[in-house]
Amino acid sequence: MEAFTTHTGRAVPLRRSNVDTDQIIPAHWLKKVTRDGFEDGLFEAWRKDPEFVLNRPERAGATVLVAGPDFGTGSSREHAVWALQNYGFKAVISSRFADIFRGNSLKNGLLTVVLDQKIVDALWELTEADPTAEITVDLEAREVRAEGLNAPFELDENARWRLLNGLDDISLTLRNEADIAAYEAKRPSFKPRTLTA
Amino acid sequence: MGRTLAEKVWDDHVVRRAEGEPDLLFIDLHLLHEVTSPQAFDGLRKNGRRVRRLDLTIATEDHNTPTLDIDKPIADPVSRVQLETLRKNCAEFGVRLHPLGDVEQGVVHVVGPQLGLTQPGMTVVCGDSHTSTHGAFGGLAFGIGTSQVEHVLATQTLPMARPKTMAITVDGELPEGVTAKDLILAIIAKIGTGGGQGYVLEYRGEAIEKLSMEARMTICNMSIEAGARAGMIAPDETTFAYLEGRPHAPKGEDWDAAVAYWKTLRSDDDAEFDAEVVIDASELSPFVTWGTNPGQGAPLSASVPDPASYEDASERLAAEKALEYMGLEAGQTLRSINVDTVFVGSCTNGRIEDLRAAADVIKGRKVADGVRMLVVPGSARVGLQAVSEGLDVVFKEAGAEWRHAGCSMCLGMNPDQLAPGERSASTSNRNFEGRQGKGGRTHLVSPQVAAATAVLGHLASPADLAAADDRTPAGV
Repeated sequence: MEAFTTHTGRAVPLRRSNVDTDQIIPAHWLKKVTRDGFEDGLFEAWRKDPEFVLNRPERAGATVLVAGPDFGTGSSREHAVWALQNYGFKAVISSRFADIFRGNSLKNGLLTVVLDQKIVDALWELTEADPTAEITVDLEAREVRAEGLNAPFELDENARWRLLNGLDDISLTLRNEADIAAYEAKRPSFKPRTLTA
Repeated sequence: MGRTLAEKVWDDHVVRRAEGEPDLLFIDLHLLHEVTSPQAFDGLRKNGRRVRRLDLTIATEDHNTPTLDIDKPIADPVSRVQLETLRKNCAEFGVRLHPLGDVEQGVVHVVGPQLGLTQPGMTVVCGDSHTSTHGAFGGLAFGIGTSQVEHVLATQTLPMARPKTMAITVDGELPEGVTAKDLILAIIAKIGTGGGQGYVLEYRGEAIEKLSMEARMTICNMSIEAGARAGMIAPDETTFAYLEGRPHAPKGEDWDAAVAYWKTLRSDDDAEFDAEVVIDASELSPFVTWGTNPGQGAPLSASVPDPASYEDASERLAAEKALEYMGLEAGQTLRSINVDTVFVGSCTNGRIEDLRAAADVIKGRKVADGVRMLVVPGSARVGLQAVSEGLDVVFKEAGAEWRHAGCSMCLGMNPDQLAPGERSASTSNRNFEGRQGKGGRTHLVSPQVAAATAVLGHLASPADLAAADDRTPAGV
């Protein structure tokens, strides 16, 4: 995983709640068997509207998505995270994320930042009024900064440590392989197996 | 202090607990399908890793599979490649696979329980958010992303932060004609699509205890639509009776040991939940959605709400956008909504009991002119069972299309899709924009409402069919 320390970029204000993962990346894109090439599928249906915020020329190259509450609901498709990253987003800010999407994002180095809706509102107003306004997402300091705004955010220390160092979960778990083997040795025999020995 | 059911199952699976780290949880069963696994197998290959526990892993094909002409090559070349990739990966790593055409193939969340692989007290994961279905047996079952699929393949564990617990107590009895689907849609409308976020839901109370296993699966299945990664129901005699004799259920002494353990899997009387919601089942009636998220629902007897009636600005905006997308007017009755397509199937309502319920309503009647009705069994086995009961004939005589098993129109990854602007009554789980096909409009309903809607051509309940019969003189 790519490490995340701090990032500064322009924003895309997305004034929508309940942005489900079917909107982020529609199902027909899920037939691909790679982790890349999803950028054209990002918000595919909404992008057909030339006025959709992502299509505005002043938003080209923006890297921070500021969305309404309940972002990433629905399907567990990690493709939603890949699509946002393939498109160029480094961080997403919302007052509430769906659990599975949040987990997926943090495993891929896409920082999802939870801020109070009042601060999200302020970021929307700022970046709608001035598309060149930049937002800094600082994971080391655990704060989001923009003109006239300095908002601390929470992220559990373990997730932060893994992101800051770009650590691979599987390697970390395999350091405790002996614990797994010990657990396996004491599992009850009545638990089902998919293969018969 | 006592523990909740979720806490008991959690504690029984902790491989490693350390200060400042998420718990490392052992996974008892890992279900795979073609959509969320290819990149995970690639990761294993890249790092020279193997599948740690092939005996706790099983794969099937469901999302992409066609429901017609299944003996012919798959027409969509991209879908074909994805299915071939799963077959190649399963062969290379040694994973048990039930491919299209196999008698055990079907929607992954129908296949696990039907084989008896899903049992009380287990941890079950799958790269699919509707894995919550399996919690109906009293286990902890949740959807995971592809990175976690790779993690489970390599280690049979997952590092997880301990979730909070929420009790959803459903008192009283469901009135005649009100189903598990109506109940879960009403729960989601009450707590919202984010209401369960961060929680494991435990459904309990008199109305839940009376539900069949199929109905419990319908409830737990849609926990994710309330934002909860997992939902569960304490196992009881209904659970044990469903499991006994299934291919992977314990036998002999193992069965006795298992049942003794399963009986301990209840929230203690003095257990404290982090949140509690109480629902009175007796107040419920058939429930349908009008909007573009599963929380935007109302009793069938109600009207499309006026967005201006919402105090919360974001909910108001969401309702405005939903009505625009759905092509509905505030204040029109839900019964006045005409549909083009009716879909009966999916991991929510594609089990044998669901097909029986829909067949019971439609038997001896006809699908309305201009309406297309698709009936897609949740698994090949469910399809065979339905055929043995003559349900396929009931559906075909009514003018419905009887199809082969798969996810089908629930998400339209195969050719079963809505055309732009088309409207469906669907027994599936998501009414998101474009979910069933680009520009398609979805109303979530129970199998009974789906069947009645197919006959009348507008959203309707079986009671409406009886009323329509009374208005029509015999022989006309």
